[in-house]
Amino acid sequence: MLESLDATLLARLQFAFTVSFHFIFPSFSIGLASYLAVLEALWLWTGRHVYIDLFRYWLKIFALVFGMGVVSGIVMSYQFGTNWSVFSDKAGPVIGPLMAYEVLTAFFLEAGFLGVMLFGMNRVGRGLHFVATLAVAVGTFISAFWILSANSWMHTPAGFATSDAGQFVPVDWLAIIFNPSFPYRLVHTVLAAYLTTALVVGAVGAWHLLRERANEGVRTMFSMAMGMITVVAPLQILAGDQHGLNTLEHQPVKVMAMEGHFRSYPDGAPLVLLGWPDQAAGEMRYAIEIPKASSLILKHALDAPLQGLDSVERKDWPPVAIVFWSFRIMVGMGLLMLALAAFSLLARLKRRLFDWKLLHLCALAMGPAGFVAVIAGWVTTEVGRQPFTVHGLLRTADSVSPLQAPAVAASLAAFVVVYFIVFGAGVYYILRLMSQSPHRGEAGPERDQPVRAAGITPAPAIADPVAPKGGI
Amino acid sequence: MPAFDLPTVWAFIIAFAIFAYVVMDGFDLGIGILFPTLPAGRERDSAMNSIAPVWDGNETWLVLGGGGLLAAFPLAYATILSALYAPIVAMLLALIFRGVAFEFRWRDPRHRAAWDAAFSLGSVVAALAQGITLGALLQGIAVDSRVYVGGWFDWLTPFSVLVGVSLACGYALLGATWLIMKSEGTLQDRCYRLAFGLAIGTIVAIAAVSAATPLLSDLYWKRWFAWPQVLFTAQVPLLVAIATAVLFASLARRHHVTPFLATLIVFTLSLAGLGVSLFPYVVPPDISIWDAAAPSASLAFMLPGVLVLVPIILAYTAWSYWVFRGKTGHEGYH
Ligand code: HDD
Ligand code: HEM
Ligand code: HEM
Repeated sequence: MLESLDATLLARLQFAFTVSFHFIFPSFSIGLASYLAVLEALWLWTGRHVYIDLFRYWLKIFALVFGMGVVSGIVMSYQFGTNWSVFSDKAGPVIGPLMAYEVLTAFFLEAGFLGVMLFGMNRVGRGLHFVATLAVAVGTFISAFWILSANSWMHTPAGFATSDAGQFVPVDWLAIIFNPSFPYRLVHTVLAAYLTTALVVGAVGAWHLLRERANEGVRTMFSMAMGMITVVAPLQILAGDQHGLNTLEHQPVKVMAMEGHFRSYPDGAPLVLLGWPDQAAGEMRYAIEIPKASSLILKHALDAPLQGLDSVERKDWPPVAIVFWSFRIMVGMGLLMLALAAFSLLARLKRRLFDWKLLHLCALAMGPAGFVAVIAGWVTTEVGRQPFTVHGLLRTADSVSPLQAPAVAASLAAFVVVYFIVFGAGVYYILRLMSQSPHRGEAGPERDQPVRAAGITPAPAIADPVAPKGGI
Repeated sequence: MPAFDLPTVWAFIIAFAIFAYVVMDGFDLGIGILFPTLPAGRERDSAMNSIAPVWDGNETWLVLGGGGLLAAFPLAYATILSALYAPIVAMLLALIFRGVAFEFRWRDPRHRAAWDAAFSLGSVVAALAQGITLGALLQGIAVDSRVYVGGWFDWLTPFSVLVGVSLACGYALLGATWLIMKSEGTLQDRCYRLAFGLAIGTIVAIAAVSAATPLLSDLYWKRWFAWPQVLFTAQVPLLVAIATAVLFASLARRHHVTPFLATLIVFTLSLAGLGVSLFPYVVPPDISIWDAAAPSASLAFMLPGVLVLVPIILAYTAWSYWVFRGKTGHEGYH
């Protein structure tokens, strides 16, 4: 028994590790694809050189991010079978078709047009090239739609029956796809991707502004990024609040863990700001709390009763400390983003967006905040669903493949080593690209691939067919 | 069996996805396998450029194969992947190395040799792992009450290794003939020579696997040699022989496109042969497509999607190949 437990724990660690690594890339590439589409549209619309320079600058980074997203994603799509075979057998009839639609409507679209987007500018002309960029951007969104639908179904299952073989059998596809938590999760996650990207673009802009204030490309990207954060950060907090209310309705135990409510409060629950959740003792130690504020947020009434974990059997408790802390990290990041948004708005109104050093330092420091919040958010969501893989219906311990612990331990070690080497190198290359500032006549991925030193100068390098008429 | 049987339809759809994957990712994995034989510099750069815009789309067929299997035959997906844990994980890790090398090698000229090695080692391991997976599947997988019950080294046998090596050899042939089509000059000359040797290797490999398969189980034996079926099944080796003859003739006459097409036909026929052996089992010896199939509500939901979307996907994939048609240079696309 102990052995199978170990294998389950290792499988969970492996899944958590690989999926968290995977999601770092989509949360950047979803936002970046849209940003690239906007830049290219602005270039086509205004003909201004700065937009195509920025487009080419970020396109090189996009190529790296996207490639890493693809290879880490392929791992995910096979891991359901390798490590969660019982889950796959039982839930496959419901989530399988959603993922199949993701492949058909999103992955092929992204992959089919990616080559043209990266290398095809001089082969297809500007209009078609823009279509390719749009197709990739739309593809990343469609991908988020389906995978989040599948994931949300595991949190709030709907529209199914159960067969004799113990399989979930689809009954109503619309109810499955638009299951109760899906709209909230889709909005919250896509906004998270936009915020993450804006924070990275803003940090790169800030880094270069600290050194060369006059660069037009740098100013443009910094201003666009801060504008985006100013609009999206408040929206994200609103969306998160709504998401929480929805979770309270469908997964109250998760909210108990997020709030750190071990006991029930019949007349108004406090908001625990910080504290140390002691799962074994079933109490919150060293709590700093605001009386009745939790009831106010969750029930919109100071004295509204809220149930705590003491109303739930212990075997159905999630690991409270992880959920409690990851939730606070996410919300903390969200509040910091709001502060940055306010700061940049102030600077914009005072016309000091490009020369307020403190703002640039703050924006630089906030560069990774999106990734931190995104991972913390997913940990809250997924760990809060424990000990189930399909909420209330299928336990994690009953989902796992019949593997022996050494096999999973070996593969986990291999994944850790390979991911750190490969994605470590990738992140280093991305940072190196970011450390150069965008400049006029920026090269795209197709043209700064070296080798042209050999002495033959191909025709397109002389005339620049991508430059708008009258440019250069 | 009704005339319109959803599991059968889906078996053909999955088989099509696997076929598309094998021939498309086959040639770009093949180029990875051949990489060490190409001199660093121009030849490697052109070889890489000939697949850079399309490899991601090619690999997506693998995701469709996996995702489609999960959706249409969840029991098969669950048992095959957990039984073949080691080769599948090896394949996934190998695909990471080769996938990132496409970008990384251009970003880091100082370590280009290292990323080239990652590209080629990743391709070799992925090809071997896929072949071993196929071989192990043909051997049969022990399943009891919907769960894999074998050991975790059951997949490793002389037969599965034979299939692994054969597949790698076949991929390399696809890669060489693809490069004949897409290159000129010294690279093309080199590929003609390589293709000749690889064609011999592939034919020997096909013969060996075909001879060994019917010996694995009675079922396969009857499939191939029972009367009157043999009249039908005997056509497969016959056609392989014709396609091989065309392949050798076109290599000798230095045709540009025919060698690749002839290789494609050899691959198609080999996969058809595989279908003859397996159908209607997805997880031999016990689980048929009907045992493994998802409920018809799942199969029916996806069918219109596939029927509408796959032709569209094929159309824009073809467009993207068309955009990058012709011989590729070593300077990247401009
Ligand atoms: C909210 C969005 C989101 C989430 C939650 C996930 N992914 Fe992902 N995935 C994407 C958004 C995305 C993307 C934006 O579409 C990617 C990232 C970069 C890319 O190339 O496409 C991608 C790539 C990607 C690929 C490669 C596609 C290709 O070949 O082009 C696969 C197979 C998966 N993912 C599978 C998964 C699985 C099985 C997940 C769950 C465990 C998962 N993804 C979570
Ligand atoms: C990219 C976004 C995602 C992240 C960052 C994420 C994160 C995690 C984490 C941290 C765990 C481990 C929880 C634990 O074991 O305590 C987990 C488990 C799991 N998640 Fe997600 N998840 C994501 C998306 C998905 C999606 C889209 C699905 C399904 C379609 C999914 C299905 C699962 C399953 C099956 C488990 C395994 C059971 C378990 O260990 O809990 N996840 N995920
Ligand atoms: C400060 C205000 C925020 C609040 C109140 C909030 C609220 C929530 C809640 C309640 C959940 C869990 C939902 C569930 O599983 O039932 C969640 C998940 C998540 N959060 Fe936040 N959030 C906030 C900020 C952010 C920010 C700034 C980001 C990223 C930039 C972010 C990214 C995520 C992600 C990726 C998830 C997991 C996916 C999901 O369930 O939607 N959140 N958030």
